[in-house]
Amino acid sequence: MSIQTILLTLVALLLFSYFLGRKRSLRSVKKGRGGDKLHSRPAYYGYMVALWAGIPAVIVLLLWTMFQSQIVTSLTVAGLPETMQAESQGGHGLVINEIMNLADSGMVAEKSDPTLKAAAEHYLRLRGISHQAIAVLALVAAVIGMLLGLRMVRPDTRARNVVERAIVWTMLGCAAIAILTTVGIVLSVLFESLRFFHAVPITDFLFGLTWSPQTALRADQVGSSGAFGAVPLFAGTMLISAIALAVAVPLGLMSAIYLSDYASPMMRAITKPVLEVLAGIPTVVYGFFAALTVAPFIRQAGEALGLDVASESALAAGLVMGIMLIPFISSLSDDALSAVPRAMRDGSLGLGATRSETIRKVLIPAALPGIVGGILLAASRAIGETMIVVMAAGLSANLTINPLEAVTTVTVQIVTLLTGDQEFDSPKTLAAFALGLGLFVITLLLNIVALKVIRRYREQYE
Amino acid sequence: MTDVLPTMPGLPTGETVVDDTPPMTETREEFDVEIKGTVGAPFVDDPKMSARHSNVFYGEKQAIFDVSLDIGRNEIIAMIGPSGCGKSTFLRTLNRMNDTIPICRVEGEHCLDGEDIYAPDQDPVLLRARVGMVFQKPNPFPKSIYDNVAYGPRLHGLARTRAELDEIVEKSLVRAGLFNEVKDDLHKPGTGLSGGQQQRLCIARAIAVDPEVILMDEPTSALDPIATATIEELMDELKSRYTIAVVTHSMQQAARVSQRTAYFHMGKLVEVNPTNQVFTTPQHQLTENYITGRFG
Ligand SMILES: Nc1ncnc2c1ncn2[C@@H]1O[C@H](COP(=O)(O)OP(=O)(O)OP(=O)(O)O)[C@@H](O)[C@H]1O
Ligand SMILES: [Mg+2]
Repeated sequence: MSIQTILLTLVALLLFSYFLGRKRSLRSVKKGRGGDKLHSRPAYYGYMVALWAGIPAVIVLLLWTMFQSQIVTSLTVAGLPETMQAESQGGHGLVINEIMNLADSGMVAEKSDPTLKAAAEHYLRLRGISHQAIAVLALVAAVIGMLLGLRMVRPDTRARNVVERAIVWTMLGCAAIAILTTVGIVLSVLFESLRFFHAVPITDFLFGLTWSPQTALRADQVGSSGAFGAVPLFAGTMLISAIALAVAVPLGLMSAIYLSDYASPMMRAITKPVLEVLAGIPTVVYGFFAALTVAPFIRQAGEALGLDVASESALAAGLVMGIMLIPFISSLSDDALSAVPRAMRDGSLGLGATRSETIRKVLIPAALPGIVGGILLAASRAIGETMIVVMAAGLSANLTINPLEAVTTVTVQIVTLLTGDQEFDSPKTLAAFALGLGLFVITLLLNIVALKVIRRYREQYE
Repeated sequence: MTDVLPTMPGLPTGETVVDDTPPMTETREEFDVEIKGTVGAPFVDDPKMSARHSNVFYGEKQAIFDVSLDIGRNEIIAMIGPSGCGKSTFLRTLNRMNDTIPICRVEGEHCLDGEDIYAPDQDPVLLRARVGMVFQKPNPFPKSIYDNVAYGPRLHGLARTRAELDEIVEKSLVRAGLFNEVKDDLHKPGTGLSGGQQQRLCIARAIAVDPEVILMDEPTSALDPIATATIEELMDELKSRYTIAVVTHSMQQAARVSQRTAYFHMGKLVEVNPTNQVFTTPQHQLTENYITGRFG
């Protein structure tokens, strides 16, 4: 039985148990078993029985997906001749891989080696059995659960509370998945980074001023040891993000103020969605806009002024990225400003303040948490942005604060490190994890600083 | 609404007084539930503020119909009437707060000390410093008590030094009867005060810019009786320096604090008379219905 069939059958079973539970609750109250009035609406008894049927089945299925490949492989290995067994333990599962490949490619018949052929067939057979077994197990679990659940349908059973609790647990589970995934990612990045720091001293990485991760293939080649100084990358990231924010914060904030306090309803109805479309444009599109339109323009403008501008420059990338970030700031700030109660505006205007005084002295302070939130979101996007930088700012790791030169950023280097064929434990590949860890730490610090800003403001005023 | 009014039992019917004479007449209109101009005494000698033929529109909808009313110097005038009759709207025309509502349009003549406040050369922002406003719900800014009171003086540059500002703040808080309660916490947030204290803070904030008129829109409707009594006492003290117009839903409050009372009904000004007269011998049938609790 394929997994789809199992799931379909399960769903059908759940529906069946829902109706059964519902009906039984109605019947039980008629018979007067355990009270003459249902504690909950009949539907809740249906949900309860469905839960009783569904949860065991799901647990069985989950356990199976977690352990089935291990069990099947170890059984296959156990079926191998002694010599091969020893080999499969020592040789990093090479034999097992071969068996699996053989089985999956479906060309068992053509393979010459009879032991391998036998093993592959054995493996396939085991897998088939495991599929059958799980179908039976899951359905049996569901039916047993359903029967147990049905036994609990009595008028005085608090089915509504049971369902409520199940919902709470489900939500908790969803939250936990998000958190656990984050923790998992952080841990894996952390461990890979530690491996990298075994190969390259952490001080070289943090304080080195040259980034050239090209390790040689042979030890006697020139430049055999790559340089992993991350300073130019982080400097490039900071430079481009600073330019982008210098564009996005004033523009975004001003548009937000205009939208929330000056624009007519018509204007607002048109402008706000249009601004938000900016957020929907794919970054590649921004990227080639930056590379093909803005960068040449800056270069020409620079030449007219007698400046030496690289054809790929931090300025071009930063400007375009700034445009991209406007909606993040304008949208969130607009919401925050509009959420300030009208009474605050009236109070200020009623004291003889002008509109802009009201905005500066009352609205912006009151909306500060929302505004800071928007800027923070924009900053994280700027730091994480890759596409625009690759296309408009180049790949050369210059250590400079001159926005007219080409620079590169952390994310761009991560991409270049990991694209193409790579050995997975060379320092070059592992460096990507260290860079990722660095980015993560920076964004974290940014968040903490922003929280502090908001909290200080709150302490003062609320 | 007029045609669903119950006929008053025990009162003669049939006679309708058509009031074409100026609104100063003493005619007692008992039976005419249609509003034909204002009865009573809407005008005073040497008014602080005056409105003539005031019409206010929200888009297509007219909210105030041809209201003419004077507000005397150093008096408290109470504005009463059923909900939605336009009291707040009329009050806001007096300091041009209606300008902040895009769809709102004001017609007629409105004067402060004889100057038309809607004249093109008038600056509504400066006007609002002269005609202050206290709102229904206390709305202190999320700033410290000190900064709340200092807000207006700072805007208008009323204090040159910090000491002067301190003095203005203290004086305003004293006049609003709040100083003793908050003198040690001037730098605590104004939003942390109780409702009654917050409303007195808002009054102090309005006083701090030294206005000539204070408009109060249901200043005590969010407060308990004790806080209300404090504010009413305060209004009585304030009237020696300021002219006050107060909108209220509490007839007891109107009776306690005001010298004159104006009764609004569906956007029209029905009756204006000395307060004791309005509450003892109302001149207009609608006023009587309202104060005897027949509707509204
Ligand atoms: N901002 C606005 N936009 C459109 N119509 C409004 C607006 N404000 C008030 N109105 C209308 O004007 C009329 C008078 O409203 P107003 O607020 O002046 O009444 P009010 O006498 O103060 O009532 P209340 O005692 O309930 O405060 C009402 O019909 C109301 O619907
Ligand atoms: Mg009102």
